[in-house]
Amino acid sequence: MIPGEFTYHRPSSVAEAVAILVSHGDEARPLSGGHSLIPMMKLRMAAPEHLVDLGGIADLKGISEDGGTITIRAMTTQHELIGSDLLAEKLPIIKETSLLIADPQIRYVGTLGGNVANGDPGNDMPALMQCLNASYVLTGPDGDREVAARDFYEAAYFTALAPEEILTAVKIPTPPAGHGYAYEKLKRKVGDYATAAAAVLLTMNGGSVASASVALTNVADTPLYAADASNILTGSTLDDATVASAVAAAEAITDPASDGRGPAEYRTKMAGIMMQRALARAADRARS
Amino acid sequence: MSDIEQIPVTVTVNGKKVQRFVEPRTLLIHFLREELNLTGPHIGCETSHCGACTVEMNGMSVKSCTMFAAQANGAELTTIEGMANPDGTLSALQEGFRQMHGLQCGFCTPGMITRAHTLLKENPNPTEEEIRMGIAGNLCRCTGYQNIVKAIQYAAEKLNQPETQEAAE
Repeated sequence: MIPGEFTYHRPSSVAEAVAILVSHGDEARPLSGGHSLIPMMKLRMAAPEHLVDLGGIADLKGISEDGGTITIRAMTTQHELIGSDLLAEKLPIIKETSLLIADPQIRYVGTLGGNVANGDPGNDMPALMQCLNASYVLTGPDGDREVAARDFYEAAYFTALAPEEILTAVKIPTPPAGHGYAYEKLKRKVGDYATAAAAVLLTMNGGSVASASVALTNVADTPLYAADASNILTGSTLDDATVASAVAAAEAITDPASDGRGPAEYRTKMAGIMMQRALARAADRARS
Repeated sequence: MSDIEQIPVTVTVNGKKVQRFVEPRTLLIHFLREELNLTGPHIGCETSHCGACTVEMNGMSVKSCTMFAAQANGAELTTIEGMANPDGTLSALQEGFRQMHGLQCGFCTPGMITRAHTLLKENPNPTEEEIRMGIAGNLCRCTGYQNIVKAIQYAAEKLNQPETQEAAE
């Protein structure tokens, strides 16, 4: 399997990369870790005439926190997310999720930016970013704009990213210390996409939920932020009736395909189960 | 012939610096096997599942079938051909795979050993579970993994003995 021919570009700055995208329009594709794009190119399902390798742009690496916002630059790899002390302390759900993505070799190379920008509904990071209410910094010829992860995804592989833009960073509001979190993923084997998966972020006040956020992976054309389910949980004591009604609200917004991972009804049910498990673990971890 | 310009790719492979001019679409595995005649890294699934093409690049294990040679420009690479000790004797991992019967057909072995090499550099004392998760990107259809895990444990133990530590690399 050999990809089609292309001209290779290796810019050293974002501005240079954007200029190449502008001059070639949709004949150009940015390349980050390449573990989605290169397989597609080998199958000739993608055949960009110009490949813009972002690997030489030092400015696209790094994780930092400033004023209650954690910024992860787009070319930060899953391996670097797993190894980050800052994230382990402030946003441990990122490590938990990263460890469920693909396998070690792919995590050395696969990037957060590529994972969220590609628009593949099987990817795990998009739903997590919706759960965390992250926003994406999109850099184009007219500068930066920010789009919320909850507004970014339009359909499978269709996003708010324009052909001449590059997703350069992900910004995440730092959740309060002591928050509860969990990412639960049902998959057939290591490296598989989720049959269904759920991300949950919780803060507790006394015995009741001060805030809740739930998002689902791979049970629709796009990642799903479960707004109704999140609202139902907020203010509750996570009693069985409330949890059941929140799970039902989350299941109601799913629209999975029937495929090798199971029939649609099963995958919807598994989304509910993953949410329930994530909720239970998040509640255990939350400090009031 | 293509009208697309060939590009220079310079890498240091197993300690030796080499340069070739290749088409941009050349995958790293083809660069290694066809340009440099390093046929230890294998082409298995070609879809980044099986790990037979695993090589070490700048201290990371990567699947060379899912990377363009151009992306490795300037990198330090180690393949199975660079695994033996400088005096030609088997490394602790290679010895472990032989002693513990960590292979049957041997097709996955170059990728397994190269991956395990990086794993043990990062985590010299892995638990059994850490070994299993550490080689989760490498498929073996013969052994059932049991003896591969034992081979890596053998190597870890040997490398952790003080008198062999200087031979670890």
